[in-house]
Amino acid sequence: MSAEVKRKEPFIRMVKRDSMPLWKSVLIRIAAILISLVVCAFFIYLITHSNPVQVYRSMVDGAVGTGRRTWNTLRDTMILLATALAITPAFKMRFWNIGAEGQILVGGIVTAAVLRYCGESMPTAVLFLTMVAASLAAGMVWGLIPAIFKAKWNTNETLFTLMMNYIAIQLTSFFSIVWEAKKGSGTIGTINQKTQAGWISTKFLPDIFGNFNYSINVIIVIALTIGMFVYLKYTKQGYEISVVGQSENTARYAGINVKKVIMRTMAISGAICGFTGFLLVSGSSHTISTSTAGGRGFTAIIVSWLAKFNPFVMILISFFLVFMGNGATQIASEFQLNESASEVITGIILFFILGSEFFVNYKLVFGGHAKEGK
Amino acid sequence: MYENAIELKGICKYFGKVKANDNVSLTVKKGEILSLLGENGSGKTTLMNMLSGIYFPDKGQIFVDGTEVTIRSPKDAYLLGIGMIHQHFKLIDIFTAAENIILGMDGKSAVINMKEVLEDIQKLIDRYGFQLDLNKKVYDMSVSEKQTVEIIKMLYRGANLLILDEPTAVLTPQETEHLFDVLRNMRKDGKGIIIITHKLHEVLAISDRVSILRKGAYIGTVNTGEATENSLTEMMVGEKVSLNIDRPKPKDPKKLLEVKNLTCLNKYGVKALDQVSFTAMGGEILGIAGIAGSGQKELLESIAGLQPGEGSILFTDPESGREEELLGKDPLKIKNMGVSLAFVPEDRLGMGLVGDMGMPGNMMIRSYRDGKPIMLEQKHPRELAEAIKEKLEVVTPSISYPVRRLSGGNVQKVLVGREIANAPKLLMTAYAVRGLDINTSYSIYHLLNEQKEKGVAVIYVGEDLDVLLELSDRIMVMCGGQVSGIVDARTTTKEEVGLLMTKHRGGAGA
Repeated sequence: MSAEVKRKEPFIRMVKRDSMPLWKSVLIRIAAILISLVVCAFFIYLITHSNPVQVYRSMVDGAVGTGRRTWNTLRDTMILLATALAITPAFKMRFWNIGAEGQILVGGIVTAAVLRYCGESMPTAVLFLTMVAASLAAGMVWGLIPAIFKAKWNTNETLFTLMMNYIAIQLTSFFSIVWEAKKGSGTIGTINQKTQAGWISTKFLPDIFGNFNYSINVIIVIALTIGMFVYLKYTKQGYEISVVGQSENTARYAGINVKKVIMRTMAISGAICGFTGFLLVSGSSHTISTSTAGGRGFTAIIVSWLAKFNPFVMILISFFLVFMGNGATQIASEFQLNESASEVITGIILFFILGSEFFVNYKLVFGGHAKEGK
Repeated sequence: MYENAIELKGICKYFGKVKANDNVSLTVKKGEILSLLGENGSGKTTLMNMLSGIYFPDKGQIFVDGTEVTIRSPKDAYLLGIGMIHQHFKLIDIFTAAENIILGMDGKSAVINMKEVLEDIQKLIDRYGFQLDLNKKVYDMSVSEKQTVEIIKMLYRGANLLILDEPTAVLTPQETEHLFDVLRNMRKDGKGIIIITHKLHEVLAISDRVSILRKGAYIGTVNTGEATENSLTEMMVGEKVSLNIDRPKPKDPKKLLEVKNLTCLNKYGVKALDQVSFTAMGGEILGIAGIAGSGQKELLESIAGLQPGEGSILFTDPESGREEELLGKDPLKIKNMGVSLAFVPEDRLGMGLVGDMGMPGNMMIRSYRDGKPIMLEQKHPRELAEAIKEKLEVVTPSISYPVRRLSGGNVQKVLVGREIANAPKLLMTAYAVRGLDINTSYSIYHLLNEQKEKGVAVIYVGEDLDVLLELSDRIMVMCGGQVSGIVDARTTTKEEVGLLMTKHRGGAGA
């Protein structure tokens, strides 16, 4: 019987690493980004036959080349960051909220409604208060519905939140037609274009950042980042979220009302998503369409996970992803590639970043026994 | 024929910086039972996992029947005739014993001749003296029967070397005796057997030789005939250890908890507790014995407010004499009523602690509501963590190190330390020393006795009957969710408790 087992060493083995010093893990991640850029260079050369260095240069140019582009990158970073912050409490609680997309949209719809119906009649301060309150409430409701079902009947939150996205998207289509600018166009167009009533405007601040900017968005979201960091780390509610996420049994043992925590946390998560919808509509696009959320609800999950739920790390990751996205759009137009090509590039880079986590946790050993000392 | 069933030479296995096995060499002869002895974390399971193809050694050689072999996968191990019986059984509930035994084997043809298979298996059963109904479904089986299926499965596949990982941990004394008879029959038949255990009297009863590991290193092999419990402990721990457990006389025992006709259902709607009644006294240790899954978990959880049920659980405050009903209240309500109870659950990291948090975060489990509103109070938990680390000698790089990464004994110290810190009136522990080394186990017994002398009512659910008999004042035995007897621990015998463990009241289900 032993004849059937050939004496052959395994070629490659995975070995779990001990802990790794921080500088080394940072180095591995940087190396992953560099390697991904080399792979992307091959890909670019293959389809464009142009110098990859030049292509990369125009990528940087596309993301931060001009003042306007820099502000656009910052604006998108802030929206992505806000969404990531919104879903973080839910994910930390191991509640897979993949419904941020829908929660953002309903926040956007109510903001657009307030803008449209009250924009010209309400005083500015009241108008903004109404928009903020309405968007928070709408997002909260959208987040609470799946949470209530989860808490009361243990329904699957992943499917539930996903389905809620489709409802929100259909609602957006519906209002796009109800509120359409020109009959038959199916789009709303810019709301309050002449008066700019209800737009978040730099006029609210002394003119220190220049004329065209999104400094208010940045300030609000950075404040939100700090707030979320404190909430998760230093408050009793944040502690409850961690315990419930780790083990529901431990939470019950500690006397935590798990159902209440699930509902409260999803209310907060949904409300911040709704608020992000307000930032999108009032703070940048001034209109709403089914593509307003633009997949950020899903990208935000990557941001939140990669940052290991640390709000400050999320700033870096959101910036990086938006930078890559905007840069890729630029090279797509400059080198006559289509949008899909830029998505391939972003995909390659993300693949390497996620893959590098494997090498942070494991190492590969080639050959079988270490033969020394015999 | 070569005399040795298996030979290990200079086996090393490292996990990062941890030396799980460092230069281990041992031999099992054909027709021999070898005990592998060592405390938890000494590398026994790692070593056996290399024999069964789960891990691959970093260094060293393995010889089967005198030929050097490489075991890269469980399949290799199976082809070499090495069969491992794990602590957690790998059986399919809805299949019969016979179906589980032939599962995954390559047949001669596409059609199974069940009659022939049954005859073959029955031959094995008769040869070694097993007791098993081959047509019984696994879900109807007791733990001991499931273990029998696992062993026969390995023999049917032609295993010549059997490795049993703590096989007696889940058995009653009577079942253990029967298992040992079967093992002796297999020895007579020329099989090599490795048995992993840390019950010393079992080592002395069953094995021919004992190999001892300590912290991954190979200490030595002795003939069982020349060994005593004390000499083995000394080799295992590395120093002399006193094996006596103190049992101070209860001082002024007062009724503290009275459970009456407690009945509760598990999640499948089956009665997990059936008309359970008993009292627990302050200043006394009440041991609870029983086969795992006889309702111990549900009983403790009902008292802690984690399990709904019917009946009554009355707590009498020893100072004011006030009586409180605990049943139907959640842990927070019980706490707010001023009933101070401590609970060390069986699932330490899944229920008592949060694995990813450090010690202070885990101290907060009990106290995070205290202090200012909204914000967490961080100072006191940190001080408590430092104090527990100091007093119970918790080995951790820093108090903020995630408790998940601590060794089992240190995890338990963190949990017990926190529970005792609340100055409880009632202390419930479930399998408090499971997986702990001898020294830590004794420090836990000492802590329990300390609480008892303070007048705390201690409920100790245990699995090692020897310890239960030495530590408890009274022992309540559970069987199938019922109380099958309450005996005086000072006068009872192991046999009496063992019989009660399988005795159903009123003959139900027996």
